[in-house]
Amino acid sequence: MPKKKKILLRAYIVFAAMFAVAPASNAMHIMEGYLPAGYCVAWGVICLPFLIAGFISLRNKVKENRRNLILIAMSGAFIFVISSLKIPSVTGSCSHMTGTGLGAILFGPASVSVLGIIVLVFQAVLLAHGGLTTLGANTFSMAIAGPLVSFGIYKLCCHTKVNRKAAIFLAAFLGDIFTYCVTSIQLALAYPSEAGGVAASAVKFLGVFAPTQLPLAVIEGILTVVIMIGLETYAKPELKSIGFLRDTPGKQPPCLHERIFAGQRTANDSCRELSEVSRDRIGEAKHPYPIDRKEA
Amino acid sequence: MTKNTKTVIILLVIAVLIAVIPVAALRGAEFGGSDDAGSVMVEEIHGEYEPWFTPVLETAIGGELPGELESLLFCVQTGIGVGVIAFFMGRFVERKKWMKKMGEEDAPD
Repeated sequence: MPKKKKILLRAYIVFAAMFAVAPASNAMHIMEGYLPAGYCVAWGVICLPFLIAGFISLRNKVKENRRNLILIAMSGAFIFVISSLKIPSVTGSCSHMTGTGLGAILFGPASVSVLGIIVLVFQAVLLAHGGLTTLGANTFSMAIAGPLVSFGIYKLCCHTKVNRKAAIFLAAFLGDIFTYCVTSIQLALAYPSEAGGVAASAVKFLGVFAPTQLPLAVIEGILTVVIMIGLETYAKPELKSIGFLRDTPGKQPPCLHERIFAGQRTANDSCRELSEVSRDRIGEAKHPYPIDRKEA
Repeated sequence: MTKNTKTVIILLVIAVLIAVIPVAALRGAEFGGSDDAGSVMVEEIHGEYEPWFTPVLETAIGGELPGELESLLFCVQTGIGVGVIAFFMGRFVERKKWMKKMGEEDAPD
């Protein structure tokens, strides 16, 4: 029922747009100038290897198949949307979510660190939200530690054969929570309380963030599941191309486009060969829909 | 209605409820950011604290960013994200429809 799904998609967009006009205020991230310089540098240095690994892994994925870029862009955009939505919470204050769960599940934690830092720079420079000096610390909590947990939880759930939707929900939910745990610990390291030291201080900071964040983490989990349902319904070839979905032979007869992607001969082959001939003439770069040579 | 459609609708309703209920339940609450609460906590633990670095933008425009402009920039951020997702999602949806049509014409499964 494609018509109903289209309506659904529209509803989803309206839903997302609705939240864009939610009351805006500062939330989450360690604010500019609130970490001593030594910590800023240290967190930055810790982030560097992850960023480099992420950059390399993203480049390899794009080199493998240029179409992978679409899903990379979409998971980046998902972080953009989700981390700009400030949502009121039970404690009477607003906070926003991280949105890094989707990218972590699809591409692994390293790649997300690159996507996450783009969003953090955007917010730090234009919105005075987070900050350039605390960029390292914020990147570590939101774009490295959180996704790492998401990725780990998802893989664990896959091994234990938990329902996939539940696995995605748990991964996004716990990743979001863990981001705030790390933020609390980062603040606690810089500001140990006089009585009790780092641990007592961490509990105090966690007391500020956790109650606000819990319901939001649930929303983040839900939204991640929703977008994954959408992608699994409409973007199967892309998900297979990044290695997220595997072919499940014998489950049901694949529809035509899946057969083409699986490299089986179909009635459409003649059409495809024709397009390949034209591609050879025009050159690969100019062809509007390059077909993977391996499958030919 | 397919099973997925139902799941999606139920999930979205739950998400909206989680976000809306606090607003209705806590009338008159301020809904400030939990960041501010964080910096209050820093001062509580550390004593008076003066941030040692002001945001670049605040230095550039010589003051805090007005609330309206801030919400504008947040909307821009959301807009960029929604735009990219909606564009590609729209393409995927149309592609599936088109592929299905082709499949039915060529080889009805």
